[in-house]
Amino acid sequence: MTSAVEVIEVTGAFSQRPVAEEDFAPRRDERVFVTGASGMLGREVSLELLRQGFDVTVFQRSDSGVGELLPESVRERFRQVRGAVTDMKAVQEGLEGAHGVIHLAAKVSFAGQWDEFVETNVRGTRVVLEMAKEAGISRFLFISSPSVAHTGTAFMGEGNGPATPELARGHYARSKALAENLALESDSDDFWVGVLRPHIVWGPGDTQLVERVLDRSARGTLPLLNNGTALIDTTYIDNAVDAIVAGYQRLENIHGTPLVVTNGQPREVAELLGGMCEAVGIPAPSRSVPASVARAAGAVIEKVWSVRPGKDEPPMTKFLAEQLSTSHWFDQKQTRELLDWSPAVSIEEGYARLGEYYGNRYKS
Amino acid sequence: MLEQLTPDPQNWPGVDPRWSCMAQVISSAGVDAGHTRTWHYLDNQQVLREEGLEPVGIILAVHGNPTWSYLWRSVLAAGINAENPWRVIAVDQLDMGFSERTGTVRRLADRVRDLGDFTQHVGLDNTDLPVVILAHDWGGLISLGWALEHRDVVEAVALTNTAVFHDQIEKIPAALQLALNPAIHGWGTQKSTAFLDVTLHLAQNGGLDSVVYKTYAAPYRTAELRAGIRNFVADIPAGEATASYTDMVRIAEGIRDLHVPAFFQWGTKDPVFQRRYMADLQERMPQADVHRYENASHLVAEDEDIATPLFHWLEEQFLWNHTGRQAHQLAREEQQLHTDFEPMISEVLQRASDSSLAVVDMDSRNETQIASTLSWAELAQDINRVANGLEATGVRAGDRVNLMVPPGAKLTTLIYACLKIGAVIVVADTGLGAKGLTRALKGARPDFLVGIRPALVAARAMGWPGQKIAADPLPAVARKGLGVIASVADFSDISENTSYSVSPEDDAAVLYTSGSTGPAKGVVYTQRQISGMRDAIRHTYGLSAGTGLVAGFAPFALLGPALGATSVTPTMDVTRPKTLTASALSAAAAAIDATTIFASPAALMNVVRTANNLSEDQRNALKSVDLLLSAGAPLAVPLLEAVQSIVPQASIHTPYGMTEALPITDISFEEIKSALADGTERGLTGARDGVCVGRAVHGAEIQIAPLDNEGEPLEETTTEPGITGEIVVSAPHVKDRYDTLWVTERLSTATPGWHHTGDVGHFDEAGRLWVEGRLAHVLNTSQGVLTPVAMEQAAEEVPVVRRAAAVAVGPAGSATPVVIVETDPRAPQDGRANSALTAQVRQRVLQDTGIEVSAVLQVREHPTDIRHNSKIDRPLLARWAQKLLSGQKAKLKK
Repeated sequence: MTSAVEVIEVTGAFSQRPVAEEDFAPRRDERVFVTGASGMLGREVSLELLRQGFDVTVFQRSDSGVGELLPESVRERFRQVRGAVTDMKAVQEGLEGAHGVIHLAAKVSFAGQWDEFVETNVRGTRVVLEMAKEAGISRFLFISSPSVAHTGTAFMGEGNGPATPELARGHYARSKALAENLALESDSDDFWVGVLRPHIVWGPGDTQLVERVLDRSARGTLPLLNNGTALIDTTYIDNAVDAIVAGYQRLENIHGTPLVVTNGQPREVAELLGGMCEAVGIPAPSRSVPASVARAAGAVIEKVWSVRPGKDEPPMTKFLAEQLSTSHWFDQKQTRELLDWSPAVSIEEGYARLGEYYGNRYKS
Repeated sequence: MLEQLTPDPQNWPGVDPRWSCMAQVISSAGVDAGHTRTWHYLDNQQVLREEGLEPVGIILAVHGNPTWSYLWRSVLAAGINAENPWRVIAVDQLDMGFSERTGTVRRLADRVRDLGDFTQHVGLDNTDLPVVILAHDWGGLISLGWALEHRDVVEAVALTNTAVFHDQIEKIPAALQLALNPAIHGWGTQKSTAFLDVTLHLAQNGGLDSVVYKTYAAPYRTAELRAGIRNFVADIPAGEATASYTDMVRIAEGIRDLHVPAFFQWGTKDPVFQRRYMADLQERMPQADVHRYENASHLVAEDEDIATPLFHWLEEQFLWNHTGRQAHQLAREEQQLHTDFEPMISEVLQRASDSSLAVVDMDSRNETQIASTLSWAELAQDINRVANGLEATGVRAGDRVNLMVPPGAKLTTLIYACLKIGAVIVVADTGLGAKGLTRALKGARPDFLVGIRPALVAARAMGWPGQKIAADPLPAVARKGLGVIASVADFSDISENTSYSVSPEDDAAVLYTSGSTGPAKGVVYTQRQISGMRDAIRHTYGLSAGTGLVAGFAPFALLGPALGATSVTPTMDVTRPKTLTASALSAAAAAIDATTIFASPAALMNVVRTANNLSEDQRNALKSVDLLLSAGAPLAVPLLEAVQSIVPQASIHTPYGMTEALPITDISFEEIKSALADGTERGLTGARDGVCVGRAVHGAEIQIAPLDNEGEPLEETTTEPGITGEIVVSAPHVKDRYDTLWVTERLSTATPGWHHTGDVGHFDEAGRLWVEGRLAHVLNTSQGVLTPVAMEQAAEEVPVVRRAAAVAVGPAGSATPVVIVETDPRAPQDGRANSALTAQVRQRVLQDTGIEVSAVLQVREHPTDIRHNSKIDRPLLARWAQKLLSGQKAKLKK
């Protein structure tokens, strides 16, 4: 069995924001259990919680790399337990002393067998939920994805609709939709379950989107679908982190209602990808492929990959083709109101930070 | 036994099953008196009771052929409301819908009797509540026949596409003639579902939803069930010999003294019940309020929301002390806008023995050559001659006369001749395009068309209504071919004066909007209002008798003689303003020592373009001009500067107005400059974000109806600076009404006494008005309710951007702003703007307005209206952008 936390190799974890001693607030004696901290988002959420004075237990199979980033004085508030989210005993151990949970761990992939997604994303969520209730915890924040309510058609100014597993596209989205509904079923007055759905989180060091885009653009193999005119909304990493930490602290307001989190800056796909490329000195992608062709090709490739899985992620899937060729952007009014949060880093500032981080890496 | 149907209302979308009722009624119709018949009908009474609502009255809704009570579901639903509840009874006629199949052939008289049997049974004959009939198609004739026998309960009539009278088979519309053809009839109506299918396929907007379609067809599945459809068609009184002809005539004549309020909602695309049936009904019931839906066909109840206007209308009739129109007229009176009424023709009559120049036409081929001149005395005499001739030809006061004659002495004479005899001039210019013009003229239904030969040819080809009168001499053959009944050239001179008696409240003119957003609207002015337009111009600009006026802008050209000004029409193709050259303008000015020029922006642009060729003399001729008016659209500062260099002594003014109120504000070039400086240098509140159009003209008052969170104007108006809202205006020269557009008129007079212009804007601290765009173009986005002009102006600051249009993409309230630009050099294709241009535009808009646009698109050329070539079709752009930005391929259709 594979899971996302294994797929992502952490090569030298780093922090988006400063981690000097003075950046950490005084201890507030509340411990948060964070799953999936070897991913970029999980790691940053853990660091931000620590900065704000929380104690943190991170839980994932590999080393999160968080510990090494912390100044000496903060390390005592930090604990790491390694294990799979489907392992009840390991989860139970991790939950020791925790007051709340932020559940990020998931198998995030465009390819793979349905069973594997169910195991990590659905059963894993059930285990963490049940163990948390068992441990007498009353605060639970589930990190989901807007794709749980994405049916492959264009989304424009969409609100925070319910997850629809029967309509969700692809294994990842469908399994997350099932998991989200599972989590929300547990929501009650004495067990608050909140759901945040950050949409396309990106930032320096992000291997999921940014580096794939940059690597392929550098080789000149990144196509645009239908000229890349689909308008999509994304979330810069710092904004996603702030929203999640805000969500955890405002579970009283948000529990029971899934909220999509984005920058609230819809951009054409071509402009977005081009902006990332140009920030690191690569020419913007300009080759266009009809979306229908990409979708058809994606469907074929998906089939091939499911029979003979490669080591790599498939170059195109139907889901990815849909994601890159149909608009999906969201109405952020309710989210911002309930979270009492607004994004601090604009897309443009995000590009600049990519440029700073990657320096000459992509310049030929 | 005949097959009978059992209603299954749970399967009828849009119908509350509780509405479906049955009744056993003994027939008194001649065809089967004494038989008990089973009726099906929809009735919202039970629901009203359950919700504790006391109805204001009862609507009896009668369908036609081949529909059934399902047609009225929106009206039944709308009747259930707390403020203005109405019981609605929609009946299925016998042999139709889910009512009994009787096996009889029921004639018009039987059906009228049937309806009486039914209404007696359900207690309509002796109710204390007012009863309103609502009908469609043949239901119109039947229910009006019923109304004549139930005058004591019927208090209003509401009709949708129907007819009460046709005189002979030839005039029956082609579509129906086909159904009546014996070879077709039985097959088309009963043996097959052809008649049913054809009718249902008349639905617009992509046709009926498939479930709705099936519901309409449900009671007509088999030939046996369709017998009623056949018999209905067979009973159409197509000539005197047909069985129901006498009954039809009796009803059609009878409604002339049915003195109850009436409301007609008409889909003008109907191939069967065409506009002439509407006109016929209007003639029989002149009290009717009429709304034409230019995009609806026969099934107007499916094509448009007829229920909302119907209930608004009922509210005015039964709950208000005054109708909306009465309230509006009362409020206008209270505003005491009226000054002494001085007829348009006064000046001409007073100067009937003045031998000085009144009208000069420049030669159409040689711009320095004068083609013709008329002194005031000659003008008065010619007007007298034409007025007399028109009367002799049959033109009466109140008749509508469509003038299709280019500006110049002839048109001037015709206009004032019409004004003199009280005929209503219809001015629909070729700027509407052939299709728009045809639509406008069919809407206005002029009684006469006076035209030059090309117009008469076009009228013949396009079927423009009105008896034809030639403006020029025509050979006899051509006259016959074109159906011309008289020629202006043949009108003989007479010495005595034609009588002059017009009342200030009589209609004087129907003008047309440019139709840049939907079909062009006819705007009706009374004699008082059109004189008010002259007075506003006269007093605002201090124009006095003796002014020399170059008339380069059609709407104001007709004012010359009324102002007592000598007018000259320069050499140009009047249908294309951009053909006016600097030298032609100079020659025209020289011909009368002009001091004033009226022009349009397009004309001025060409004047500037051709000004380099002017000789010293030609330049000098323009130096005596002290006033230049440019109307139609705002002018950019660089263009104003270029114009100023051509007319160095002139004060340049750009009045702002619309067809419904011409003009409402005025601003001079000097004031434009100081307004801009107030915004940029002095930070004066409100002196930004829009086009400054200055202050109200003489007699006009302007207020702002602030926009709410959905972008809708509030009732309470204000003049406080910096508040954006719909611009509302009151003035003696504001229109009287829209022509047969009741719904549009109601919206435009929502604030009694005021005209809602459909433009949005705000005042600045100095009391100047700034226009921010059209209300219909307001962007309801997640960043708030935004107006387009400020964003567009900001985008146009980017050097390569020639013209910009801001539109919203996405659902109202959470939409996102998008800017679409036309560039110089011209973009190679429509689509995404490159990232650099996108970033520049986004940055500039953000900096100037604080608004962040999501995307910037480029087009080769913006789609614009034909008349001004300046009003960008933003709804079209928005649809295109929405499709493109959702990731689909999209083509911009122009």
